[in-house]
This record gives sequence, structure tokens and C-alpha cells, in this order.
Amino acid sequence: MSAAPGRPQASSDRSPSGEGASPVSAAPGRPQASSHRSPQGEGIPVDAAPGRPPASADRSPPGGSASVSEPLIRLRGITKVYGQGATALQALKGVNLDIEAGDFVAIMGPSGSGKSTAMNTLGGLDTPTTGEYLFQGLHVETLTRDQRARLRRRYLGFVFQGFNLLARTSAQENVELPLLYRGEAAATRHAMAAKALESVGLKGWEHHTPAELSGGQQQRVAIARAIVTEPAVLLADEPTGNLDTQRSREIMDLLWGLNVNHGITVLMVTHELDMAAYAKRIVRFVDGVVASDERNAHPAGLQSAPASPIPGAGGDAQSPPLQPQEH
Amino acid sequence: MLLNTLMLALRSIRRNLMRSFLTILGIVIGVSAVITMVTLGNGATLAVQSQISGLGTNLLQVRPGQRMGPGGGGTALPFKESDAEAVASQIGGIAAVAPEARSNATLVASGRNWSSNVIGSTNDWLLTGNWKLASGREFSDAELRGGAAVCLVGETVRRELFAGQAVVGAALRVKQISCEIIGLLASKGQGAFGNDQDDVVLVPIKTLQRRITGNNRVNSLLVSMQDGSDPTRVTAGITQLLRERRKLASTDEDNFNVLDTKQLADTLSGTTKVLTMLLGAVAAVSLLVGGIGIMNIMLVSVTERTREIGLRLAIGALEREVLLQFLIEAVVLAALGGLVGIVIATGASLGLARLMEVPYTFNLSVNVLSFVFSAVIGVVFGYFPARRAARMDPIDALRHE
Repeated sequence: MSAAPGRPQASSDRSPSGEGASPVSAAPGRPQASSHRSPQGEGIPVDAAPGRPPASADRSPPGGSASVSEPLIRLRGITKVYGQGATALQALKGVNLDIEAGDFVAIMGPSGSGKSTAMNTLGGLDTPTTGEYLFQGLHVETLTRDQRARLRRRYLGFVFQGFNLLARTSAQENVELPLLYRGEAAATRHAMAAKALESVGLKGWEHHTPAELSGGQQQRVAIARAIVTEPAVLLADEPTGNLDTQRSREIMDLLWGLNVNHGITVLMVTHELDMAAYAKRIVRFVDGVVASDERNAHPAGLQSAPASPIPGAGGDAQSPPLQPQEH
Repeated sequence: MLLNTLMLALRSIRRNLMRSFLTILGIVIGVSAVITMVTLGNGATLAVQSQISGLGTNLLQVRPGQRMGPGGGGTALPFKESDAEAVASQIGGIAAVAPEARSNATLVASGRNWSSNVIGSTNDWLLTGNWKLASGREFSDAELRGGAAVCLVGETVRRELFAGQAVVGAALRVKQISCEIIGLLASKGQGAFGNDQDDVVLVPIKTLQRRITGNNRVNSLLVSMQDGSDPTRVTAGITQLLRERRKLASTDEDNFNVLDTKQLADTLSGTTKVLTMLLGAVAAVSLLVGGIGIMNIMLVSVTERTREIGLRLAIGALEREVLLQFLIEAVVLAALGGLVGIVIATGASLGLARLMEVPYTFNLSVNVLSFVFSAVIGVVFGYFPARRAARMDPIDALRHE
């Protein structure tokens, strides 16, 4: 994974607030979290610095680029209650979270911690019971089902643990699926799908069906399907959950590359520290709230060389203890 | 989008070829049953109509007795030959009137016997009954007036008694008299009621009355109307005239009846049509059952493809797009069943029509209607499963195992 050229254009295309956001000004109510996170300014350094020097960018102060107050994604006081009365289950108990464009966020937490619910909410698949979800300033929580579908189709890409490819359907056709719903012409679909498959390293595998592909290849197809629409955000729900370590690393390298080279914001749920180590930021959920939210100073992907051991993973495991967050 | 959805539906049908075939089987059977029933029914109606029109066009049959049908004319006062002349001369709109006297007789010729119908009438009988002469000549006026021993024979009589021999000019023994055959009637085949119309010997009416039956009865009058005559008016005229001639008081009921063969044809073909509709309706029920089969399979398909639906919804498919996809799949299946059904029905109708000896006609409206109906069944029975698919929660659907 070499340095990322051409990144600024991509991001400015994508988000109206692409000039960068200041997390400090964006989250006035969260002094502790913001002080922890303040040095990052992810949206800007990644956008601004083509070379993206690893650690220094993370540590550099927001500086003059802190002109826009809106991050790409902003959750405020999100709660989610399933069921009613005595059997009601409160999955989210007031989540506040800001995600900058271009960030790579790993969402971790034990099962039942609310991370999946948070992910579904972020993906516009679920609506919060209370609270605000702003996507580029748009109040997602007020959108209708069809409006959320349009939001997903336009801005979001999904990768699932179980790949969820259409059986007996070629890789090419699987990747074309989201374009179909966007009403692209057949020729455009073909070209875009072929390009997406090539970018995940599956050139020449276009006409294979999922049954003829390995798990890692299937997940690559799924990633190609997620990025073929050139989404602003890629939501990956345990993308490596069904893969062995080697395959997992390849997938993570791929996601890392998409984040760095194409400026796609990646949100990933995982329970594997090795995989979370690739992220620039790790958010931990415990019992329906964000328990910790920390920058990963040395994302594993920067060490590049897919086959090599990943020192970042070890370092990450010893990262600072959980820090309860205010809400 | 619609074209794409259609492609998706076709792909999904092709992916499950066997199941798709079983799914449409109900529709195939339903459509082919409806079309076959209606086609054969129409053929039967046509056959009845053509047979009755073979009795004679614009024909009225006047018989003694109050009711039509067997037994009606037996005891009632018969007509006289002069009745026929009166009708012919006094009622307008009539082309020909033939008095008809009937008898059964054993025919003998060339040492062979044959029992047949002997009819006494005039040359007008040929006109009213649409008879043509295959060979020979009609009766002459002298023969008619004098009651000469001459006769015309039908094809069946020729076949039974004169196979391989010249028939015109030969002698035929009818009961106690021997008559000369002067002509052969062209074959008319089976009558409307399955009777053999060609099993007949025609003699001048005076010959029959004087030399065979020994009375001057006329069993019925055959009235052929001119083209364009109003049967109701002619019937009324005949009725009035005959009431006078038979000296009925105004309070008496008619002791004869006038039967319009056209009316008879209408009645009979009406009956066949009702039967056709009934059979068609029964077959339509099987179409309905086929529709339920489609709904069943579509529900299974929706359940089976829950994850796929979840994925489609997650990547931004709108509710109506998913609805449309499954709806179109159901409609394509149903319409496919309709098409296959039409093909099978055409084959079955052709075969059965030949077997049942009824004419086959390709009925476009029934074919089109059945096809459209099967597609409509696809919409109706596909809607519920499709709506179920479209309303799924993407999260639950994606989690579905």
C-alpha cells in the first residue's frame, strides 16, 4: 500500500463538506472524548495531504482546516428499544458519535453491546427510537423507508460476514446488482462492474459463480459490489468473520486500500483485534453505549506487505484502557 | 428498469427449471383444458348447425298434432294434398310446398331385400329438402298426376340393392308394386339426429296413397320460404289458413304445429353452447387452482430467497422494485404456463376433433382470453407473495438462515 495520490478530488466529489471538519467544534458537549480525539482531524489530513505521512497526520492539530462544523456522520443521543413493556430490550442507550469523511472506524464490543444495532442505524437499515442521525447534515431518522433506500443506494456500500452473493449468478452480475437499482445502462454497468472487480483483484473471474470461488474471493466480489457505486461510506459487518487469517488480512488490506487510495470512509464491525488494528479509530460498545473511542496511532495497514506480521495489531491490543464516554 | 426486472425474473425461472415447470403445470392444464373444451364445444355447435341446415334452408315443417316430436302426429287429423296447394297459392313469401306421406316398406331388387322409408311427395320435396339428383330425372307432371310406378332412390338404397349395377332404369319392388327407378338422389349423409337421410325411396304422392298405403293421408307439409321472408309472419299465415281449412273454432287450440328448422337449429346449438360454457367454467376452476399453485411456489420462493431480498433492500432497492421483481416473476411464470397451455390445447383439440368427428376451428378470442387470464392470475396470486417480499425488514432478512 503505497501513498495515496488523487485522493483530494475523490473526497471533494463525494461530500459537500469535503473541505474538512473539525471534531473539536463539532462535538462541544464531549470534552473528554474530543480531547482524546482532537489531534486526529481525519477528514482533513487525509484529504489535504496526498502523501499522508502515517503518524504525523494523526497527531497534527486540525489547524486552519477547521472551517466546517459538520462531520460526515453525526449521531446524537441515539437510543434503540426493541419490543415493548416488560420484554422491551434497550439495545442503544444514548450513543453520540461523529465520523469524519475518510476515516476508518472499527466498531468493537461483546455480543449484545449494541454494536450491530449501531451499525444498522448507521447503515440506514434501522431507525433509532430517539435521537438524531445526521448524514452530511441530513436527518436520516426522519426519512421514510424508500428515502433511506435511496440514501443507501447513493452513498452507502455494504459488506456482510456471510458475503450474501446471489447464488448461481456470476461475479459480474452480482457486482452489477446495485447499478441495476440505480438505473444504469447495461454498457455502463458492465464497464463499472469490470472495473470494480479488477480493483479487488478479480480480473478474469467475472464469469465465475460464487460456488466456484473461494471464501476470500467471494468476499472480494462482495466488496466490489459495495464499491461499484462509488459510495461515500463502506459498512462492513464482520467482513472477515467467515475467513481464515490469511484471507482476512487480504480483505483488510483491500479495505485499507479503498480507504486510503479511494477516500472511502470505512465503518467495520469486528471482534477480532487483528482486524480492528487496521482501523484508524476504534470505537468500543459496551451495554448500549460507546465505552471507548480511541485513535489507532499505527494502523496495521500502513505496515503494508500483506503477508508480513502486523506489529500494529499487538500494539493495539495494549492500547489504553476503556474510557467511559460522556453523553 | 422494467426490462431489467424482466431479465431478473427470467434468470430466476431458468435457475429453478424443474420447479418452474411444476409451478406452471397447473396453469398449463387449466389453460389447455379451457381452450380444448371451448374449441370442441364450438366444433360440436358448428356440426349441429350444419347438419340442421342440411335439412333444408328456410324450411318450415307443418305436422298434425299439438306438439312436435314423436307421438304427436299419430292420432291427429292428417292433412290433405289440397292443403299443400292452398298454402302454396294463398300464403306469400313461400318458394315451395311439398306434401309428404310416409310409409315403411321392404324393397326387393336383384334378389336382395332392404327395409327403407318410402316417401310420397312431389318434385317440390327435392326443393324443400335441398336434394340434388346424382343421376336421372325428376318426376314428370303426368307421372305425378297419374300416380305412375316410378321412383327416385337414395344412396343407401342404391348401395344395399344395386351395388355395382346401373340403378337408373332398373326395377324396384316396393311392397306389392314394381316401379321403375328414374333417378338417384345425391348423398346427404347423416341427419341432425344421427339418422341416415339417404335411406329413402321417393315416389309420387298419388302412387304412395293409392298403391302402397291405400289412404289419402298427408303426414306433413314441408314449406320452403323465399329468402328474406319473415318466418314468424309466414308461420302465422299458415296457421290461420290451416285453422280455417280444418274448421277450428276460435276457442279451439291448433291441432297441428308449424316447426321452423332454423329455430330448431338455434335451440340445439344454444344447448351445445350452454354445455360448452359449463365445461369451460369447470376448466376455468382448474386455472384458478393453477393460480393457487403459483402463489404457493412464490411464497416458498420468497421465503427461500429471504437473504437475497434482504441484500437487495440493503443495497438500496425500493419496496416497489422488489414487489415488481416478484410480481413479474409470477406473471412471467403464469404467462409461460398460458403459452404452453395454448400449444398443448391446439394439439389436443386437433386430435380430439378428429376423433369426435367435429370440425376444428382455431378460436382466436378463446386463446387470447386464456392467455390474458393466466397472466392476470399471475398478477393476482403473485401480488401477495411479492408484497411479503417487499415489506421485509432488511436486517431480519439478511439474518435469515
